[in-house]
Amino acid sequence: MSDSILAGEIALVTGASRGIGAAIADELARLGAKVAGTATTETGAARIAERLGAAAEGCIGLCLDVTKQASVDAALVAVEEQLGSKPTILVNNAGITRDNLLMRMKEAEWDAILDTNLTSAFRLCKACARSMTKARHGRIINVSSVVGVSGNAGQCNYAASKAGLIGFSKSLARELGPRGITVNVVAPGFIDTDMTRELPEAQRDALLASIPLGRLGAAEEIAAAVAFLAMPAAAYITGQTIHVNGGMLMV
Amino acid sequence: MSSVEERVRKIVVEQLGVKEEEVTMDASFVDDLGADSLDTVELVMALEEEFETEIPDEDAEKITKVKEAVDYVNAHLG
Ligand SMILES: NC(=O)c1ccc[n+]([C@@H]2O[C@H](COP(=O)([O-])OP(=O)(O)OC[C@H]3O[C@@H](n4cnc5c(N)ncnc54)[C@H](OP(=O)(O)O)[C@@H]3O)[C@@H](O)[C@H]2O)c1
Repeated sequence: MSDSILAGEIALVTGASRGIGAAIADELARLGAKVAGTATTETGAARIAERLGAAAEGCIGLCLDVTKQASVDAALVAVEEQLGSKPTILVNNAGITRDNLLMRMKEAEWDAILDTNLTSAFRLCKACARSMTKARHGRIINVSSVVGVSGNAGQCNYAASKAGLIGFSKSLARELGPRGITVNVVAPGFIDTDMTRELPEAQRDALLASIPLGRLGAAEEIAAAVAFLAMPAAAYITGQTIHVNGGMLMV
Repeated sequence: MSSVEERVRKIVVEQLGVKEEEVTMDASFVDDLGADSLDTVELVMALEEEFETEIPDEDAEKITKVKEAVDYVNAHLG
């Protein structure tokens, strides 16, 4: 595979400061895309710029809060100004958890998750759809979760947001398909990042026992699936969900 | 400089891939010129670019015929 298979593409990856998003940004940059990776703080953005910049030219770090429309608008202007065009590849990866049993869950916990994990995709896709439509080319990849399909006690809010992303992506795939834009989902299983390091040991062990491949996934293994969906080779795949979960759930 | 009407009709021809003579003032984008909903959104985008303006969604929804597009541009860009 050529290392510059994504040359000429402009990729926007949200939540690229650590974990899965960082691995996605690195991989897209390695494949030749100009990448804008985002963090929620200026220091985080500077660190992304440093990391990506060391590996590839023409990559930048941006500060973005996906829950704020003005912040999304500003990030898109920055991408266009600094990388030369609006994104041709959009990866909605930023996401958070706020676990609680439904009976204890505050409405604020519900709202924060839906806003950050789902409404964010609405905002960013809308902001990118116009230029992709005009160009008759675009790849949108939304990062969901195995939990969005399997459900998980204590994660009603998170699972709803992640299942929502799948329905959203299928609908958008139908809307934008006629213009050569694909919209797909990658649903990670149990991946070794800050998000899963927070889990209590007992829960972690129980989860591991349910994974046929017997281990946590690496962020790079999610990045590989995302990168594939961005490649020319994946041009005929749209509205799909690729599960990368060690066999934890077989769909 | 061509007239607003000529510029609008040229965009309609380009965007919808129809023949110039089909683009009468009374032609409806959907019913007469075969546009689907995504085509009409793109048509408005193209008008916005040609006339360097932003057409709010509420107004865009009302532009369904060639004449309505011409009238809109004339009314808003004088
Ligand atoms: N880890 C897993 O096992 C797993 C499993 C399934 C799905 N996922 C999904 O994969 C994605 C990445 O997960 P991860 O484990 O890599 O997470 P992580 O290590 O916790 O990183 C989260 C990223 O999202 C960013 N972020 C948080 N809130 C944001 C906001 N309001 N606006 C913009 N960015 C925001 C963070 O930026 P800062 O660094 O600036 O805070 C960070 O870059 C998430 O959507 C997650 O739901 C993860």
